[in-house]
Order: sequence, then structure tokens, then C-alpha cells
Amino acid sequence: MNYSYFPGCSLKGLGRAYEESLLPVMRHLGAELNELNDWNCCGATAYMSVDEEQACVLAARNLAIAEKTGPQDLLTPCSACYLVLNKTQHNIADFPQIREDVDRALKTANLTYTGKAAVRHPLDVLFHDIGVEAIKQKVVRPLKGLKVAPYYGCQVVRPYATFDHAWNPTTMDEILAALGAEIVHYPLKTKCCGGSLTGTVPEAGLRMTYILLKEAIRRGADVIATICPLCQFNLDAYHDQIEKHWGTARIPTVYFTQLMGLAFGIESRQLGLHRNFVRMKPLAEITPVAPVGV
Amino acid sequence: MSDPNWQPRIVAFFCNWCTYTAADLAGVSRLKYAPNVRVIRLMCSGRVDPQFIMDALAKGADGVLIGGCHIGDCHYVEGNYKTLRRFTMLKRMMADMGIEEQRVRMEWISASEGERIKTVINEMVEQIRALGPLGLPQQFEEWDREMTALEHAAAEKSETEVAHA
Amino acid sequence: MKTNHSNGDVRIGFYICHCGHNIAGIVDCPAVAEYVAGLPDVAVSRDYKYMCSDPGQELIQQDIREHGLNRVIVASCSPLLHEHTFRNAVAAGGLNPYYFQMVNVREHDSWVHTDRAEATAKAKALAHAAVDRVRFHKPLEITKVPINPDVLVVGGGITGIHAALTIGNAGKKVFLIERQPSIGGHMAQFDKTFPTLDCAACILTPKMSAVRSHENITLWTYSEVVKVEGYVGNYTVTVKRKPRYVNEDLCVGCQECIKACAFKEPKFPDEFNVGLNKRKPVYIPFPQAVPQVVVIDPERCIQIKTGKCKKSCLEACVDRQAIDFNQKEQLVEIKVGNIIVATGFKLFDATRIPEYGYGLYPNVVTSLELERLVTSSGPTAGEIILRDGSKPKTAGFILCVGSRDTKTNRWCSRTCCMHSMKLAQLFKEHTDADVTVFYMDIRAPGKGCEEFYDKSLREGIRFVRGRVAEVTDWALSPEEEGKLVIRVEDTLAGFVRRIPVDMIVLAVGMEPQLDAQEVRRLFNMSCGSEGWFLEKHPKLAPVSTFTDGVFIAGCCQGPKDIPDSIAQAGAAAAEALALIDKGYIEQEPNTAYVVETDCSGCKSCVPLCPFTAILFDEATQKARINAALCKGCGTCVSACPSGSVRQNLFEDEEIFSEIEGMLSYV
Repeated sequence: MNYSYFPGCSLKGLGRAYEESLLPVMRHLGAELNELNDWNCCGATAYMSVDEEQACVLAARNLAIAEKTGPQDLLTPCSACYLVLNKTQHNIADFPQIREDVDRALKTANLTYTGKAAVRHPLDVLFHDIGVEAIKQKVVRPLKGLKVAPYYGCQVVRPYATFDHAWNPTTMDEILAALGAEIVHYPLKTKCCGGSLTGTVPEAGLRMTYILLKEAIRRGADVIATICPLCQFNLDAYHDQIEKHWGTARIPTVYFTQLMGLAFGIESRQLGLHRNFVRMKPLAEITPVAPVGV
Repeated sequence: MSDPNWQPRIVAFFCNWCTYTAADLAGVSRLKYAPNVRVIRLMCSGRVDPQFIMDALAKGADGVLIGGCHIGDCHYVEGNYKTLRRFTMLKRMMADMGIEEQRVRMEWISASEGERIKTVINEMVEQIRALGPLGLPQQFEEWDREMTALEHAAAEKSETEVAHA
Repeated sequence: MKTNHSNGDVRIGFYICHCGHNIAGIVDCPAVAEYVAGLPDVAVSRDYKYMCSDPGQELIQQDIREHGLNRVIVASCSPLLHEHTFRNAVAAGGLNPYYFQMVNVREHDSWVHTDRAEATAKAKALAHAAVDRVRFHKPLEITKVPINPDVLVVGGGITGIHAALTIGNAGKKVFLIERQPSIGGHMAQFDKTFPTLDCAACILTPKMSAVRSHENITLWTYSEVVKVEGYVGNYTVTVKRKPRYVNEDLCVGCQECIKACAFKEPKFPDEFNVGLNKRKPVYIPFPQAVPQVVVIDPERCIQIKTGKCKKSCLEACVDRQAIDFNQKEQLVEIKVGNIIVATGFKLFDATRIPEYGYGLYPNVVTSLELERLVTSSGPTAGEIILRDGSKPKTAGFILCVGSRDTKTNRWCSRTCCMHSMKLAQLFKEHTDADVTVFYMDIRAPGKGCEEFYDKSLREGIRFVRGRVAEVTDWALSPEEEGKLVIRVEDTLAGFVRRIPVDMIVLAVGMEPQLDAQEVRRLFNMSCGSEGWFLEKHPKLAPVSTFTDGVFIAGCCQGPKDIPDSIAQAGAAAAEALALIDKGYIEQEPNTAYVVETDCSGCKSCVPLCPFTAILFDEATQKARINAALCKGCGTCVSACPSGSVRQNLFEDEEIFSEIEGMLSYV
């Protein structure tokens, strides 16, 4: 299975642990990821709010490159990139003015966009293309006894994802369960983490982050598994401020791909787990289960 | 061929339950539209035999309009599906025969859509006015005259040949 | 006026009506009459002020006599208005009414065009077309089909019951078929009905008893219709009678067998109580069931599944010996003339909206589940309790669950506002709890219903206008611990609220039954785009269908409350009785027919008919059309490659002439 791969700025920066864990896990499962040649920033939510038409042009360049070089399934792990690329596709299809702008701009770079590129989320690819059974087969170190709160954040499941439910998604739950982990009932799984507000209006943004952390602890989770680099950052990096204003709520937040990597027997430093501010306890401490096979 | 007094003449086949009723509604509402359409009432658009359409054009109509119920609403459940099928095939034949697409038109108009009767008819009349007369009867006459002339020429030729043989 | 005597066989009388100023104001009527007078075979051509008036009609009749007319054309208003009038006038004049043709020069001409010359030209063309067409008209007879006076009512809810009683009381024989073991339908599950707060069982059970004891009603419960053949007045229906394993004639409903059953404790979800309690394999659906006969569930009974049971039920019934494990399914054929379908509705499955927590949180219940809790003969003897047995102190009612929703069902289920308010009132009465209703709009049409809304307000029920976003067990403050929190935008107050409650009631919407598509095909009906059975006309014929002799009533036609269901039941019964009383059906003669000598047996026509009026006769290898079933659409006619299928009143030559005539006038 071959996919084009659009890391976006985050996965090369603060969110590098996501890439560090995603690539070996996908490779382990037999999926080849070809990083998009000369990709550019998608503009994320920032540019979309400033100038939607230009933002679509910016994002469309990546889609055009994917169409040109192939494969046309573009794996997009970052939630903001996922949303922006999807929104761009819909806007081009629905609004002739935007289509015109995009076509005109792309032409100057000898690129065209025909709508064939498909923006795919890793959860979608793992669940539908690879399948939970195949994932289960690769587990050498079951995560038995590890209580995980699956946290999806808001941008992937709404409004464009058709591969899972918008309010109660379960793809990550099922993947984590296949790893042997115990999924904790977490009703806040698609509530916003605060997003960019944690930087601009912290009294609002960080409060939302705090609520997520507190509830995960209340539900008895050992760790929060997330799919978005901004969510991971918000949940991980602001504990001092959160403690000052609302109270302690220290619980590690990791990428679900890191948990997959652990279950596959990949070494934790390779998976970037050392980058967390709040470190996850070594698996052996949480769930003393002997590894299966080699 | 170019008659300055020429007006488009369109023959319409309207289904009793929907389109004919809609045309009545347009009348009751005193909507005004072009007088170039002459309606033939049928019980269902499914009764429209493609031969009717061909015949109308052959006899001098410049266009044909078929009106039926919206898909799913046919009074006889499925008649309009059959109309749709036949019309789709007929369109291809029309193209092969060199008859412009706008001359034969199918519309689903429900009994409450009096306004649409006006819009569709006005639009179609203008389109056909722009296309000009189809003039098939005159064409047939011309071809008949050509054939007759050719036949005469051929007959004469063989006579002279026989005479010289 | 001009009269042309002609020697031909065809003698046409043409009349163009002025309709006062309506036609004559734009169309030059005398000119049209004069033009038509010049056409061949036209014996009489007149223009007259009001053709539809008595003198106008008499004019036609006089001319038929005096001029020997054998064809009549009237150019006036729309045939949809007066074709019938003029056909009758022609018939009264002694001529077959189908020798008549009408030309629409009002709705399609004078009322929609402004140029006199053009309008008159169009009128002349249309008249010419009619003259050419009417030459080919044939004398046709209206056929009369006799009607079997017996009626089949499918569905034994309040609608079917009322229809059956109405027809039975009129002295006609009724078969009432119900697929559940007892009649009563959903109404039997209700506690009280709005807006009067009548006890549902109290007003329903007398009707159920009346059905049981009615001499004209044959009640078959635990039965289903599996095949319908025939046409209006002459239906042959096959009914599948499922085995109860209990002889209905012998069982007296003492229920000793249930007590004695090998299952000491009930183990299986009780359907009548919506799974809120359990029953044994042998059971009676509810105490007032009609018939008062137990039924044995073949999927759960050990004796039926394995053959190895001590059969203590048989012992308990030693006197009557009503239990019979050898009973088999039976197929019975009945003959009826009319069918009334009253198969009701099903409730929306609330798990389709996971945001509301049904199935996830135990104290989220549906409206029907609450009905059973509230009923004194229900699983909790009328006590409203949470799953842990404690009494709820607060409750929230969420309206429009599965209704008025682009993601699930678009329609309004019409009864939920009212029954939610009713349940809210009963909730407060039983528990004194603090009750809030979350609504988008409160719909309370109907007699006494707005007043019922006032009553709800007076009794202190709170109303929050907002569509509930989610139900969650996530607590943000100590007051919310252990409760279900409703998150909703209070649109009138203008902010988002969190309201913790003990119990949540979902007003689930109505949906068509799961097998509505199969059922409608069985009875040759259509379903609308939303799945409800399709009425002939939403305003003018709400209980008729496009199939003559098949009527619909109640919620199977669309969501409605009990008064409207009963009204429709009466309406359907009246329609059926009207047909029965007349004794026969009149068929418009525009039916299709096969000219067998030309038919090659290609069968192109056979699958085209939605009314299954065309059969292929294996013996003759030709197509044959049942005129009683044919509705006259003509689809088969235009499909026949050899032209052997023709249609009365819309013959090919009639239409080809019409086309030619229309284009003759330039």
C-alpha cells in the first residue's frame, strides 16, 4: 500500500514525535509513505480566517502536487492540515470563483488540480485500509492493563470526516483496543482542547484544556491518546499555568501512534516519547505483562 | 425559405394529471406566454410514442415539447420513467439526424407549477426562433422534386443509350 | 353559423363558446366557427355565448336530432372542467358520449395570450386538430364491475378497530387481520391520552370487546396477509395464520399454564412493556388482550425447540386441553371487495442519535418506555423510578428526537409535543419532580391542545427553547455529580446552559413500519418519498390510493394522533361502504386492448404495467389486458412494436390526426 504523505509544519516542528511514531508504525504494517515533494504550509486555521480564497490557493498547491506525482491518496496526520485540505477541496467544488483563482494560480506553476486527490487521515487508513485484524497480528507487547482515554479533538471529526461519527467516533478506540489497552469511557473525546486560544486568551483556552485533563484523570485513565499535534501540545505543555489557576491535573498525553509503536515492540525513545513534558511511565511499570513472542 | 412572417410552431404532449393541469392553472392565473404552442392532451406522458414526435416534426412542427409528472409522482406510478427512457434514446437519434437538441424537449411539470409552464414555453419559443424553421415538409418536397428530376434524367439517358445501341 | 350538409359517414357538429367575454374578448369566435365550417365533414358550425348552460346543451341535442350529427366538438374551457358535462349532454341527445371531443380555447388560449390575431389563429389550429381527431372516435361503453360486499381491514390498532366496527355496524362482513397476538396496537400501551387525560385502556377496551363479540367481524390475530390478487370488488387474499400452539376456541385465558410453566421466573424481554420487564415463553401480551388467549413463543419454548420439557403447562390445562404443540401454520384464502390498510407506525430508534445517550446511560428512556412506567398496570405498577429503583427528582424531556432533523427524518411527527406535555404532567403528578421540556417549537393544534399547553405551564413545567446538543455524564460542578447533564442553547435567554437531571425522556418520532415497502407492494400501493403509504391526493383524497378498492387510514399514511386516526378510519370505511352500496364500479373506457391477430407474443408490454393488467396467455401465446385493472395510461401502447396494443379514446390514428390537424392551419 502506497500513500503520499503530507506532514505539514507541525510534524516537522513541535509535533515531530507524531511523525517519529507514525512512520515506523506504518512501515511495520506494510504501508509506504512518500513525503510530498516541495510541499508548502497549508495555512491552517490562521490563514483561512484572514483570506479564504488565497488560503485555498495555498492549500491546493499541495493537492496538485499529490495529483502530479501520485499516489493520489494523501495521508494527512495533522488535524488542521486535514481540515484545511478538505475544506479547500469542498470550496473548489462548490464555488466557481475559488476554482477560477486556484486554476489560475496553479497554472503559473504548471500544476493542475482535478479533484482526484483524496485527503486521508491515518485513523481512516489504519481502520479501513489496513484493518484492525492486521494491527492485532503485529502486537508483540499487549498493552493489557493500560487505561487509555481516547481523545480525538474537534477538527478531524467535524465537519468533513466521513470515516467516523462526528460526536462519538470509535476508530481510535477500536485500534487501541486491538492493542490490548482498556478504553476508558471518555465523553469529552471530541471536545475542543482550547486550540489557539491557549496562547491568545489563556483564561478561556487553558480552562478547556484543564477540563479535559481533569476528566481523564477522574475516569481513571493512565494516559490520554490523541491524534492532533496542537491537542497534544495543549494537553502537555501548560501544566504550570493550569496548576496556578485551576489545580493539578497531570496525566501524560501521547500520540496514539506512539502507543501502537509500543505495542509493536518499537523502543520508546525511537517513538519520541521522551519529548513529552509529562512523561508516560514505562509500560513495564503500568502493566507488568511479559512480551509475546520475540 | 426565409419567410419574414414565420413564427415557431411547437406541438406539445401534456399528461392529463400534471402538466395539462399546470397549463390550466397558468390560464386560471392569467399568466401570459407565447402563443406558439399547441397542446395535445394524453393521460400519461408514457403514451407518447416517439413516432408522434417524429410525425409532428415531419408534418411541419419546429419543435416538440413533452410534459409529464415529476419522477416518482406519476399518476400511473411509472409511466414517466418509460418516457424518460424513450426520450433519452430519441435524443440520440435526433442528433444523428441532424435535428438540433433544443427542438425536442421534455419537462417534468407538476400540477401546481403554472409559472413553469410560462417559463418553459417562453424559453423554448425563443430558442426555436433563434434556430429558425425546421421546415421538414418543405425539405421533403424539395427531395421529392430532386428525386423526380433525377429519375427523369436517368430515364432520358437510358433512352438515348438504347437509341444509340 | 353555417351548416354544411355532407354525404359522408361522419357528420360533425362544432360549437365554439364565447364564455361571456372570457373567450370572445380575445378569440374571434365567429371567425373560428366560419373557418371550421369550411372543413370537410362539418355539418354544423356555431358560436354561442355559454355552451355549458342549459340552452347551450339543448342546442347540441337539437342539432344531433335535426342534423343527424354523429360527432360533437365543443371549443370552450378545459376538459378537466366540463368534459363530463358535455359528454352527458351528448348522451342525453341520443349520441354515444365518446363521440365527443373538447377543445381548450380558454385556459390554454384566451386567458394566456394577448394578441387577438395570434389567439384566434391558435384556436383555429386547435379546432382543426379536433375535427381531424374526432372522425376516428368510436362508440365506447362504461363498463360496470360488480363488488363483493366483504371488506378486509389490515391492522388491529385503534384505526383498524374503528374501521372494522363502522363497516360491521353497517351490516357488512369484515375480516380484521392483526399480526400481533392481540389487537389494540400502540394505543393499548398508553396510560392516558391527550388532551382530555382519558385513560387509554378505558376508551380502547370497550371497542376491542365490541370487535370480539361483533357478529359481522371475523377477527384473526397472530395472522398476516401474504398475497393479494384481483382487482377492486374482487380481491382474493391469502392470510397466513401463525400457530399459537393454543386452541383459541378452548382457551379461557385463566393463565394457569403461565404459572405452571417450566420457567420458574420470566426470562425474556416483554415486548408490550418495551423490554422493561420479562415474560415467559407462554404469555398473554397484556391483561386486556383480545382475544383473551395465551400464546406460546416458538423461539423461547423449550418443548417446541427441543421436544424435551416436562410440559407442566399441559398438566395445568388438563380440563380444557387448550394447548396443542402440534399446531401448524395455516394459509387461508378469503374473498373481499375492498381493503383498508391500517398498519400503523414504528418508533424512531434513539440509538441513531448517540448524542442523547440512549443505550449508553441507563436513565435515558423513550416516551413509550415512560408510558409503560407511568401506567398503573405497567412493569413498575405506575411508579416512575430510575434504574436503581430510586425516585427521580428532576427530569428533562427532549423533543424532536428523530423528527425535523436533516440527519435523520425531515418530517414533524405531529404528536410528540402533545404527548410529551402529557407525560410531563403525569411525571409531576407521580413524582413531584422538577420537569423541563426542551423544544424547538411547541405544536399544539387540535381541540383543547393549546389549553393543555397552558395547563402544563400552570403546573410549573419548565420550557426551554433550544435544540439539545448533548446528554453527558461529565460533571463540571458538584451539583452535576451523578446526574445526566443536558447541554443546550437556551435561545430565548441567549446563552448555553448546562442542566443536570436524574432522568431524560426522549420524544422519539414516528416512522413508517420496517416492512412498509413490502406491504405496499403487496397491496399495489405506492409509498411517498418518506416511506409513508401514498394517498391519492394529499388534500382531496387522503384515504384513497391509486389502486381502486384499497384504502389507507391512520399513521401508516403519516403521523397523526388518535382523533385524526379515527377520522381517517371512518373516512376509509365510508369510501368502502359507498362502493359497496352502489354495488358496482364504473370504469372509464380509455383502457388499452390487444388486437390478438397482430400480437406476436414478444412480451414487451407485459412488464410495463404497474397495475399488472397485462398478462401473457400461455395457451394463445398472446398478451391479454384485463380491462378492469387497466387504468388507461397508455404506456404499453407506445411500447408495442407491432402496434397491436391500442388504447380506446387515445388511438394512434386519433393522435396522428390531431397532430396533422394542428399543423394544417398556418
